[in-house]
Amino acid sequence: MTDVPENILVVDKLITSFESDRGLLRAVDQVSFSVPEGKTVGIVGESGCGKSVTAMSIVRLLPQPAGKILGGQVLFKGRDLLHASDVMIRKVRGGEIGVIFQEPMSALNPVHRIGRQVAEVFRLHKKISKRDAWDAATEMLKLVRIPAPEKRMLDYPHHLSGGMRQRIVIALALACRPSLVIADEPTTALDVTVQAQILDLMARLQSELKMSMILITHDLGVIAETCDEVVVMYAGRVVERASAAELFAHPLHAYTRGLLQSIPTLATPSKSILRTIPGMVASLADHTHACRFCQRMGRSSADARDRPGYAEVSPRHWVETCPVCYQP
Amino acid sequence: MSAFPVLSVSQLRVHFPVHGGVMLRQTGAVRAVDDVSLDIAPGETLGLVGESGCGKSTLGKAVVRLLKPTSGTIHFENTDITRASQRALRPLRRDFQMIFQDPAESLDPRMSVRSILEEPFIIHGLGSRTERIQWVDGLLDRVGLPAAAAERYSFEFSGGQRQRIGIARALALKPKLIVCDEPVSALDVSIQSQILNLLVELQQDFGLSYLFIAHDLSVVKHVSDRVAVMYLGKIVEVATAEMIYRDPRHAYTKALLSAIPTPDPQARREKILLEGDVPSPMDPPAGSAFGHRMGHPRYEESIGMDLALREIAPGHQVAADPCCLTENDWASLAGDSARALPRSADSIPRVMP
Repeated sequence: MTDVPENILVVDKLITSFESDRGLLRAVDQVSFSVPEGKTVGIVGESGCGKSVTAMSIVRLLPQPAGKILGGQVLFKGRDLLHASDVMIRKVRGGEIGVIFQEPMSALNPVHRIGRQVAEVFRLHKKISKRDAWDAATEMLKLVRIPAPEKRMLDYPHHLSGGMRQRIVIALALACRPSLVIADEPTTALDVTVQAQILDLMARLQSELKMSMILITHDLGVIAETCDEVVVMYAGRVVERASAAELFAHPLHAYTRGLLQSIPTLATPSKSILRTIPGMVASLADHTHACRFCQRMGRSSADARDRPGYAEVSPRHWVETCPVCYQP
Repeated sequence: MSAFPVLSVSQLRVHFPVHGGVMLRQTGAVRAVDDVSLDIAPGETLGLVGESGCGKSTLGKAVVRLLKPTSGTIHFENTDITRASQRALRPLRRDFQMIFQDPAESLDPRMSVRSILEEPFIIHGLGSRTERIQWVDGLLDRVGLPAAAAERYSFEFSGGQRQRIGIARALALKPKLIVCDEPVSALDVSIQSQILNLLVELQQDFGLSYLFIAHDLSVVKHVSDRVAVMYLGKIVEVATAEMIYRDPRHAYTKALLSAIPTPDPQARREKILLEGDVPSPMDPPAGSAFGHRMGHPRYEESIGMDLALREIAPGHQVAADPCCLTENDWASLAGDSARALPRSADSIPRVMP
């Protein structure tokens, strides 16, 4: 054993495409990263960059029939998830891998009581009686610090506030004590004060239950406060990945730098002109450029006809080595 | 305030009736905006922050009279527009415009961008056809869109470009005040900064005033001269953007500031974690609303107290609320009742109709 913790999940050159009227669109284009045991890996990027599709490919929850995984490998505790049988993947999903979805209202069934929905997870994954499942569900609500859990078990989702609903979704994801949790924008729909409560809860549960986590967000502030490692995605590709401390201190890719410089913080002077990234996220259908970010910046990439490769510039700091965008 | 305000709102209330029972009689009211007073000077940006449901959008819509106020007054420059009829408002609307959160929903998908931008001129009977074409081209150029955009439809554009169209429409009649209701919250970070820059530039070029409504305190702080913090229908603190950030006095402002995630892994600040949620504006607590949420020991004391804004430092007003101030701040406010702010309606000379 080295001092590097073992990886609980390894994603290697994952390719996911969607069928559309413009042909196959590569939403995830050879994405590789790994999740060390007990750590939180953040995937950050703008809408359409493929961060959610990457996560949903891991648990094979892609919209059907349009979404297709065309290549690569996903190893969870050494087991190949991409070629696992449906029975097996259904056991893993919700069992060993918990998923927290963004929109707590659509992740919960509006016509069933909270208690029934949480108890159902136990009934599906463990062989226990209805009564035991109900008690276990009440325990889960206590764990996610919902006040008066016995009463809330009898409520319907619409009785609860956004923050409370998100706690229920977290309870569902954690019910079977998963070793890996995938949280897809868990706090995006919430107010800042409620976001702070939920992030605090997730951090506490993570250390209590010794879970690893993949946190998907567009908010670099959330990344900085919760993640150990960060994967920056742009137009379906990973442009940079490193430890959070390293990434924020020494961003090496032009896109990462652009993102970091374009957010106003409480420290930026009022009404100053912010740095911007010109243009908008490249269309996935357009393959004229080898480097996606050069395409957005309107650069001709005549000198780079092949897709840029990756270099590990310092331990565990990987960057896409486009001759223009890689700025050491 | 030195300059004569563009907008002056005094003791504004917007309540929505709630009907229930078999006879559908009014059983209650949602007090979305409850006793709010504020002024905006020419060329100034007043930021308005608060969590969802605090009434900030309702306030924004009421000041441009897209909603009918329940009581209070709204003065635009010298004119009382609180009860003005739609007909009387129409000529005035040239001077105050609105930018909405979701440009996809606020632009008609069946109209070309040219017709969207031309419409304000047509409604107000301005210019000949050729002049209007020139003006639209000028507007597009000003907000950073190509001239070719005029012949396309709004759904052909990305979110950021659509928001530029929304800004161009608001700008068309050279207004004095624009109410921006969450103009960047639907946009990606890299696009958000483009739009914020555009809004700052336009303000400098045209001397615009903004009422800038957003839930993101770092965005609000970035664009605003002064910031008002709203909680459950009431403004609880107003100060310059710098002061709100450096020296917040109200407990809610402090909690809000500490909750913002900072994009710096080294700076792990102590967070003030709030318990519970915002109480319902249908049945607000009798005393301090935020004190109630925190279960503050002095809550009982605050019932029946006048929790209106008072000046705690020059240009810095805070609700005189024993639950939400430090001992020192409360003592200085309570011991100095003479410094209670006069209601702005009395303090500003105004020609009454």
